[in-house]
Amino acid sequence: MLLGILLGGCKLPTFYGYRGVTSQSHDESLLYEGTVIAAIVVGVITGSLIIWSALRYRRKSDTIPRQFQYHIPLEIFYTVVPIVIVLALFGFTVYTENKIDNVVPNPALNIRVTAFQWGWRYDYTNYHVFVEGVRTEDPDPVGLDGKTCVQSAPTPNDCLGPGLVMPVGETVRITLLSNDVVHGFYVPQFNFSRYALPGVVNRFDFNVQKPGIYRAQCTQLCGLYHAEMFFHVVALPRAQFLAWVHGSQPQPITDAGPIPTAAQSAKAFVPAAPAATTKSSAAS
Amino acid sequence: MTVLAERLPAGAHAEHHDEPTLIVKWLTTTDHKVIGLSYTITSVILFFLSGIMALAMRVQLSSPGGAGMSPQTYNELFTMHGAIMLYLFAGPFAFGGLANYIVPLQVGAPDMAFPRLNAFSYWLYLSGSITMLLGFFTSTGAAAFGWVAYAPLSSSVYSPGPGADLFIMGLFLTGFSAVFTAVNLITTIFYLRAPGLTMFRMPIFTWNMLVTALLILIAFPVLTAAMLLLFADRHFGTHFFTVSGGGVPVLYQNLFWFFGHPEVYILALPYFGIITEILPVFSRKPVFGYKGLPFFSLLSLLIAVPTGIKFFNWIGTMWRGQISYKTPMLFAIGFLLGFLMGGLTGVMLASPPIDFATHDTYFVVAHFHQVLLATAVFAGFGGIYFWYPKMFGRMLRDGLGKAHFWTLFVGFWLTYLPQYVLGLKGMPRRVFIYPSGLGWGALNMASTVGAFLIGASFLFMLVNLFVSWRNPIPAGDNPWDGHALEWFTSSPPPHHNFVKLPPIRSERPTWDFNHPDAPVLPHGRHAKEQPALVGVGSPAGTSGGPAQTPSAPADGGTAPGDGSGETGH
Repeated sequence: MLLGILLGGCKLPTFYGYRGVTSQSHDESLLYEGTVIAAIVVGVITGSLIIWSALRYRRKSDTIPRQFQYHIPLEIFYTVVPIVIVLALFGFTVYTENKIDNVVPNPALNIRVTAFQWGWRYDYTNYHVFVEGVRTEDPDPVGLDGKTCVQSAPTPNDCLGPGLVMPVGETVRITLLSNDVVHGFYVPQFNFSRYALPGVVNRFDFNVQKPGIYRAQCTQLCGLYHAEMFFHVVALPRAQFLAWVHGSQPQPITDAGPIPTAAQSAKAFVPAAPAATTKSSAAS
Repeated sequence: MTVLAERLPAGAHAEHHDEPTLIVKWLTTTDHKVIGLSYTITSVILFFLSGIMALAMRVQLSSPGGAGMSPQTYNELFTMHGAIMLYLFAGPFAFGGLANYIVPLQVGAPDMAFPRLNAFSYWLYLSGSITMLLGFFTSTGAAAFGWVAYAPLSSSVYSPGPGADLFIMGLFLTGFSAVFTAVNLITTIFYLRAPGLTMFRMPIFTWNMLVTALLILIAFPVLTAAMLLLFADRHFGTHFFTVSGGGVPVLYQNLFWFFGHPEVYILALPYFGIITEILPVFSRKPVFGYKGLPFFSLLSLLIAVPTGIKFFNWIGTMWRGQISYKTPMLFAIGFLLGFLMGGLTGVMLASPPIDFATHDTYFVVAHFHQVLLATAVFAGFGGIYFWYPKMFGRMLRDGLGKAHFWTLFVGFWLTYLPQYVLGLKGMPRRVFIYPSGLGWGALNMASTVGAFLIGASFLFMLVNLFVSWRNPIPAGDNPWDGHALEWFTSSPPPHHNFVKLPPIRSERPTWDFNHPDAPVLPHGRHAKEQPALVGVGSPAGTSGGPAQTPSAPADGGTAPGDGSGETGH
């Protein structure tokens, strides 16, 4: 409604946030940008009043100032205004959250994501395929246009951990589970994170708009190697996705070619296990 | 005609006949001032310890490769850093320390209502703190599951070893300590107020401590119980939080945040109280919108609105004042600016879609550190600069205090502004290393430099304390021309606090006594109607004040008199 009018009008500055690559993340970024603008307005007014009164009313003499304590109209004003602001934010929040949390009845693809210490498993339940990977510095092989991940990603460290391959332009349903402790499924460029809780099933939809490699990571402390529980999203055009899921595209990890940042990242990342990423066509 | 309410030290304890040694005196004391100081000193030592842990972590994070710290060490450090700062410093510093010392003085009481329980609270707190820290000396190290200790990571399967048990038991002990102190403060405030000190004449500091105490009674028993359940899961084979036995891990999160949500106010309100003491004194004005303040402390559940209102109360207090920039006032301004930023980002995080994008990232880290440093550090140490002269009868040096402030202020912004950006770029919290090539190195380095500035700023305070100890400058009873009752008695106060009390006709009896012709303007009357007042009265305390009857402020409702009788609102 009002948000839509605002959206149509202009592009707001992003304030260091991601505009996002899913339709859901666009909604989030619009809310974020609007909220930041509101916060800046409130912050500048309040901050200026603080600094103004701090500088203007410096003690200059021994005079005792007038001892006023109440100003009822003013007090009503500064009570009502924050309430109005909070209610407005609440309205926009509800509107945006409903859009982000909305799940369609028939998604094009179902992926069951299971987090564990310290890696990820993706079950493509429609195709009886799964991918599993643990924390590792070895980049996953799958990239765009038949290239490897490292060749197609903006920076090689975007490819850490197992790749969650999904098609572009279609609604993908993620069913999020945890095998052991609480983990956090977080893709910065999706403007989205959610807990993976043992004993709880979380479902949410993504609709990726743009092919690419998107860095991702566990955000909820999950033990010793939490910092290295990376993964990444590989968003492919539908044809490439189908080629991958039917087994024609992915190369084995040994064919991944030279890894340009191996020396760079070797210092930062202790290799975890010899096995890096495995894709299997065994039934899930 | 001097009108003073004579007051016997009610509830005095048996006098000590043989003077015991200092250490025995300390071990056996029930004096709220000594206990309050013990709390303050213990919590500040823990604050320094925890700060050093933070610096070690910032060194590790200053570049993508890290500085060679193991993930186990890093996890232990951030767990204990958070646990110490939140459980053992921020709460006890204000609520155990300053409230213990100041509230009985502000309500004109000789001591807390239950002095022995008060001593017991402190010893529980000290032993709980030591218990928690002992984890570092076990073979498996201290607890490493974060200060929230989420199940099932904190279960015996994923966090074996005594470090975790010591953490849980430490919290168990300090939880009881907090509850006992809360009971004590509530009773003191309800039953030991001086004659004439109605609820709506209490200083805001005391009001906020009352609300904090009520919140502690709601929140802390839940945390303590959750810790017991967790301990039972770990050792007695129960399955409250383990899925395999039919338990629910989310139950732990729910129990924890039943505590954690009020805990936000438990940590913030005492420091709001400190600010609301400092600003009026240095602005030479009454608190603006006094009656709204305690009311909105109670309604803090919608935090943005009452916090916004508080901001305008604070600004209104300074408005058209005569502000002098002594060290406590600078800290108060630092609080206002820091809390403004932390508060606004808090409103953003309160919106779930934005939280989805920033949850458990450095955006959150920056937000809550700004809130907590604004309160516990700016307001908390502002309170120390404010009340130190009362506690020890000597001044701290203003120049060193200002050096402390400015170093801290620059460090504060340099540390946390880059962390907001890091969070928005996707850097998760609680990671001991991060990948190179993402452009996070420089921002992290800036944050580390800022953290060291914060650390260095406290050296000025230590030097200040040392100098004031070696070359004392006497403070007098009322060095700041203070408002509330604590400035009426001597510095430091005698054993049972007051030899005499002034008539109490408003929330600032000491001001009324010293400035009888500058009472609060009545309701609904504008500032312009009161003629400018020329400085009157000596800022002296008990006996040096002008021998006049203070005129009754308009909201008092009673005639000037002998200070007995409690006509309230």
